[in-house]
Amino acid sequence: MHAHTHTHIHTLNQSQTQTLCVAVNMGLVMGTFSMQSNKQDRTYRKDKIDDDFELSIVCHRPEGLDKLEAQTNFSKQELQVLYRGFKNECPSGVVNEDTFKQIYAQFFPHGDASTYAHYLFNTFDSAHSGSIKFEDFIMALSTLLRGSVREKLTWTFNLYDINRDGYINKEEMTDIVRAIYDMMGKYTYPALKTDTPKQHVDAFFQKMDKNRDGVVTLDEFILSCQEDENIMRSLQLFKNVI
Amino acid sequence: MAAGVATWMPFARAAAVGWLPLAQQTMPKPPVDKTSRSDEILFVNVSGLRFQTWKNTLDRYPDTLLGSSEKEFFYNEETQEYFFDRDPEMFRHILNFFRTGKLHYPRHECIQAFEEELAFYGIIPEIIGDCCMEEYRDRKKENQERLAEDTEAENAGDAPLPPDATLRDKLWRAFENPHTSTMALVFYYVTGFFIAVSVIANVVETVPCRPLKGSIKDLPCGEKFSVGFSCLDTACVLIFSCEYLMRLYAAPSRCDFARSVMSVIDVVAILPFYIGLVMPENEEVSGAFVTLRVFRVFRIFKFSRHSQGLRILGCTLQACASELGFLLFSLTMAVIIFATVMFYAEKGTKGTTFSSIPASFWYTIVTMTTLGYGDMVPDSIAGKIFGSICSLSGVLVIALPVPVIVSNFARIYHQNQRADKMRAQQKVRQARIRMAKKGATNAFLQHKEDGGLQGGDGDSTAFCVKNRSAFEHQHHHLLQCLEKTTNHEFTDEITYSEVCMMDSMGFRTSRSTSLSSQQGSTTTCCSRRAKRRAIRLANSTVSVSRGSVQELDTLHVTKTPVGTQYPQSRSSLNARTEDLKLNCTDYTAAIISIPTPPANSPDESLPNSPAIPGILRNSRSSTFNTQETVKISSL
Repeated sequence: MHAHTHTHIHTLNQSQTQTLCVAVNMGLVMGTFSMQSNKQDRTYRKDKIDDDFELSIVCHRPEGLDKLEAQTNFSKQELQVLYRGFKNECPSGVVNEDTFKQIYAQFFPHGDASTYAHYLFNTFDSAHSGSIKFEDFIMALSTLLRGSVREKLTWTFNLYDINRDGYINKEEMTDIVRAIYDMMGKYTYPALKTDTPKQHVDAFFQKMDKNRDGVVTLDEFILSCQEDENIMRSLQLFKNVI
Repeated sequence: MAAGVATWMPFARAAAVGWLPLAQQTMPKPPVDKTSRSDEILFVNVSGLRFQTWKNTLDRYPDTLLGSSEKEFFYNEETQEYFFDRDPEMFRHILNFFRTGKLHYPRHECIQAFEEELAFYGIIPEIIGDCCMEEYRDRKKENQERLAEDTEAENAGDAPLPPDATLRDKLWRAFENPHTSTMALVFYYVTGFFIAVSVIANVVETVPCRPLKGSIKDLPCGEKFSVGFSCLDTACVLIFSCEYLMRLYAAPSRCDFARSVMSVIDVVAILPFYIGLVMPENEEVSGAFVTLRVFRVFRIFKFSRHSQGLRILGCTLQACASELGFLLFSLTMAVIIFATVMFYAEKGTKGTTFSSIPASFWYTIVTMTTLGYGDMVPDSIAGKIFGSICSLSGVLVIALPVPVIVSNFARIYHQNQRADKMRAQQKVRQARIRMAKKGATNAFLQHKEDGGLQGGDGDSTAFCVKNRSAFEHQHHHLLQCLEKTTNHEFTDEITYSEVCMMDSMGFRTSRSTSLSSQQGSTTTCCSRRAKRRAIRLANSTVSVSRGSVQELDTLHVTKTPVGTQYPQSRSSLNARTEDLKLNCTDYTAAIISIPTPPANSPDESLPNSPAIPGILRNSRSSTFNTQETVKISSL
């Protein structure tokens, strides 16, 4: 009898540990289910807080019409038309980088315009504030459309000079050129080869880098452009855009 | 293009200055916009309600009626306003779409009226904003279903047959709608009666009857009156077989009928009898034969033809199969868990009934459903503890979800349907919007082939492009600048893959980089491109031509013979498109035109056209089809 109970207890222990394992398993399963629902609640609450925060961002109003007219080369009417369009698209008065990229991408449905839009954004956003206000927008447009040749070329130099150190080196130029080629998309004739941007950059440096020191400065840039008839002529192309 | 992009066009063009120093070719000339650029307020009078808006607002969507030159048709000179004889309440929503870029669906309006207005103003309903999309879809679906029901009720049985109906049609009608004629009704009730008789006979023949004289054991009635029962069975099967064959004969589509659920039930009901006839009186086979008799009970399902409720129940079960499946799955999970626990808990007990885990399944199910037969009972303490947990959780696992599932049936079902619908329709919506966008890219490629790249003679290109809006001009010019900067051209997917193939095959084509410079060369690559585009054109909508076009035909030939594959049809579109397809292979085309002086410069033809602005608006692909068209035949 004693032996029987002994064996009885022994087997019970074995099976007991097994049942314990199974019970623990069950508990874990229940726990994971409940935890998941908790997590969902948390993310939902977080989104709500984010939304509230976003709405509280104040919208921006530009300076007076007269002031803008004095600062730029646009007439009052043109400024009015531009502002109405701008305000309609961005009621808050500022454009952030994502919206900017989206807008620009719509003009180039064939390819990917986001990299070039990024560089453009940085050039437009002269104050590096992370968003473009109407004044930045207008200033850039005024330079590009109604500015002098020197101003336009300076703007373009600032576009190419990604790190704003006053020099355009080959890496920066390659980035820019690659971004432009990205806008073309995949289906082009002739087909884009991998070293096409590099060749383009080399040709550019051949033309622009006068003293062959591997970088292009602002003066070299402006000088070389002024020597090139094509560029001079095409700079006048966009006079009547507005 | 998408909403409001037109307002950013000046910015995009200005940003193109950034490409200029990189360009290795000269930039094309910008389009000259002769219209006055100053913004003005337009007056729109819709059935007496006067709206005012900026011209720019309407120009945002150039592919709608209000954004294009189509609205000139509605211009009233005396009152200096655009007059539309349409619903002014609806127009408010349309105009808000132009202002805000979002189209809302007014909930109180009739869905069909709304759609008609949208169609009139050239706006596709797919761009309704997400806020109103679900409501719109639901209403539309409701409407369509109601219409379908109405038409179905009209077509269904109650209408009298056309006089020339064949016997087949009459028979089918009699089967499907028994109340149309007395014969059908009689047949309907007779079959119902025999189904009942057959089912009752199946049941009764297993009841024990008084034993035969001289024997003690109770016999089931089926064996005592075996002759009677077999006669009854044979008669029923004969009647069912006749009915099935008649239905098969009368069915308008035999394949569909044979595959329908009811016919499968019919077949399964009568099959055992025939199999029994065929099978030999063998001992081992008769065991299987006995199993077949079970299938006779399926005759009861034949009642579903007679009962609408059964059919609805069947449909509901079918529809909620996923919910029921999930219930089953969770039950199985719980059963397996508890069976395992009970088995290991009871393993130590001597003489236990829990001989294996599958054996424990029975205990778990009986306990969880609170049946408690008592044939398997745990002995050990651990077993009793887990057994009680099992029965408590059984109440929770089964009793709770079932009413919740039942009450959520409709809700979950509809929700799932709506989610899937949304997803499916989302794809369709995006596809349509993508198609409209693609139209824009195709427009540019098309524009290139029209010879729009010939920057030199702006006059000759003018007639090709004058039907585009200023926005399109500017956009195309922008894309051309990009091409010139990068020294590459935009093409479409087909030609690109083709060129890739040709390159890989080592095929050298004598192609210059600029397509436009080919004044009359017809290389195979070129011709295939144009052929494909021509076929695409033939497939797309073609507008009716207008105005005097003859001068342009010859001009087309001399300038760009490749681009002259546009079908013209004043009479029948179909005939011309057939011609076009046949003529694609040969490009030495002769132009059939009414003899007029070919030297007429296209400028003279210009004054004719502005008076007749483009007509087709909704599909982008039609914008380049509205140009002067040419009749072609190949030599």
